[in-house]
Amino acid sequence: MQIFDLEAEGLRTLNQTLQGQKDSTNQTSWEIVNPRGSHAIAVGLDAPIDVTVKGSTGYYCGGMNKQATITVKGSVGPGVAENMMSGKIVIEGDASQYAGATGRGGLLVIKGNASSRCGISMKGINIVVHGNIGHMSAFMAQSGNLVVLGDAGDALGDSLYEARLFVRGKVKSLGADCIEKEMRPEHIALLQDLLDQAGADAKPEEFTRYGSARELYHFNIDNAAAY
Amino acid sequence: MNENSKKTPPRTVPIQSSTFSNPINAEIRRAAATGIYDIRGGGAKRKVPHFDDLLFLGASVSRYPLEGYREKCETNVTLGTRFAKKPIELEIPITIAGMSFGALSGPAKEALGRGATLAGTSTTTGDGGMTEEERGHSKKLVYQYLPSRYGMNPDDLRRCDAIEVVVGQGAKPGGGGMLLGQKISDRVAEMRNLPPGIDQRSACRHPDWTGPDDLEIKILELREITNWEKPIYVKVGGARPYFDTTLAVKAGADVVVVDGMQGGTAATQDVFIEHVGQPTLACIRPAVRALQDLGMHREVQLIISGGIRTGADVAKALALGADAVSIGTAAMIALGDNDPRWESEYNALGTTAGAYDDWHEGNDPAGITTQSPELMARLDPVEGGRRLRNYLKVMTLEAQTIARACGKNHVHNLEPEDLCALTIEAAAMAGVPLSGTDWIPGTGGF
Repeated sequence: MQIFDLEAEGLRTLNQTLQGQKDSTNQTSWEIVNPRGSHAIAVGLDAPIDVTVKGSTGYYCGGMNKQATITVKGSVGPGVAENMMSGKIVIEGDASQYAGATGRGGLLVIKGNASSRCGISMKGINIVVHGNIGHMSAFMAQSGNLVVLGDAGDALGDSLYEARLFVRGKVKSLGADCIEKEMRPEHIALLQDLLDQAGADAKPEEFTRYGSARELYHFNIDNAAAY
Repeated sequence: MNENSKKTPPRTVPIQSSTFSNPINAEIRRAAATGIYDIRGGGAKRKVPHFDDLLFLGASVSRYPLEGYREKCETNVTLGTRFAKKPIELEIPITIAGMSFGALSGPAKEALGRGATLAGTSTTTGDGGMTEEERGHSKKLVYQYLPSRYGMNPDDLRRCDAIEVVVGQGAKPGGGGMLLGQKISDRVAEMRNLPPGIDQRSACRHPDWTGPDDLEIKILELREITNWEKPIYVKVGGARPYFDTTLAVKAGADVVVVDGMQGGTAATQDVFIEHVGQPTLACIRPAVRALQDLGMHREVQLIISGGIRTGADVAKALALGADAVSIGTAAMIALGDNDPRWESEYNALGTTAGAYDDWHEGNDPAGITTQSPELMARLDPVEGGRRLRNYLKVMTLEAQTIARACGKNHVHNLEPEDLCALTIEAAAMAGVPLSGTDWIPGTGGF
């Protein structure tokens, strides 16, 4: 276990050190202490290492992550795991806005609640939120899966493309072109797998699936009110 | 009085309305027939005060010129000197603006890379990610960081030479992108992670930051991911150039790009292009003043774009305080866009060479703004690159010619004092005297 005191050694040294780890590194376990809400902690990593952040972080924790597993023992500011490519990021507390924004792969697990715009413009990432999510979540979400064990706020999935949304609780309102869809066996299997990966105690059958009605895929003047 | 004049009394000559002109009436009829606004490519076509309204004074008794073929006039520029470990060194102060793969064909992107590299300058990706064609053929490549984040990934961030955070563009400050389904080939769709054939909307705001305070943190993240090596540009549309430049600098930009309303786009609403944003000429002095007020002029570099066509335009933009300019539409024309050789095909599309702007439809006879294999094969990227290189070289020679005539041994030594304006409007916008006077409208009170 490598212990890194962020307050003492600074952000630049932290990211340079973690980004410098290769696939073959034997320093596979890292603990960051004294994060104190700093921004851009553990961004741009690209090695199969485990990083635990002991405390809460600011913006963009784990941004553009590849391969690494990052666990935050606290809450995170806006844009956690933004544009993540692969790997896994687990937040033990709550997440602010834009969690998992534009993520292209990997798994983001938020054990608390996520604020507005969770999964905005997601492009392949899987996101599992144990609590609730805020308004405008999955706005323009392109692909991937967003799983919410709690409730969703207003305008869920507005202008959705091909991402799948699974919500166990209530949805305050659906956004433009987002509709409820049938849960078929393949969705049950997919959801079970994601719940297992996220350590979530829930049954797939309790969820409702939402997806795109695909009516905004080609501009049509009759749909102008939806734009 | 003859017999005819007795039969036909004098009548007023039919007068066309300036308000309801033929083009306006045609647009009303088109809107009434289709129920949809007009979408097109390019920038503002309306006449606005521009570089043509400025003149250089040249040398005189009190200013002596440099000898054209004997005394050097340098043109190099370094971009990103503020924070980046690896600033971009360019041989000429003319760069190629961001244009997306998707809007443009792969060979067109390759041609831009080839031409820019031969001329010693940079080219820029666009709203579709980075292609191998442009990375492979561009010695210096600027990677745009856009609201859509299509194709965005850390590997491409690290293999670019600079990052351009796009807040807006001159053709549509406050607007997002649009790429209609007919141009969404399988390759374009895969790069953007969307189904082929659908109309693609790009968001107008970034998904994970809002406002200058957030932008500062976003720039920090990008620097941390790229080891503080890459110059970071912030590109804004010509809306509020003084404040936008100020905020971009405060957010940590190395370079500010200001794009006026003549700057082109692949596709957006005509009403947006023609009615939102300010002319390029009106944007330069406020942006320079913002840098000067912050003590950052020349430390943070300023790139101006939107309607740059000639070496004279380049020289005028630099004289007003820019460090470099960027071209998009002009580069496409150099490759062959709107060339009269395709006139019969433009006619078949209901237009004419020089007016063709339906770039979004993918039927470009010149093979540039298309994803049709048959059409894109018309553009030879090697020949296209050679043409672009020639054009860039000519513009550079023209700018040098003017600079020497003004007694400058570097194009950056051109200054507002070298200029006068032909119109009151241009004088006010450029902050230079009206020709024949010492009057700069807007200064000195009433």
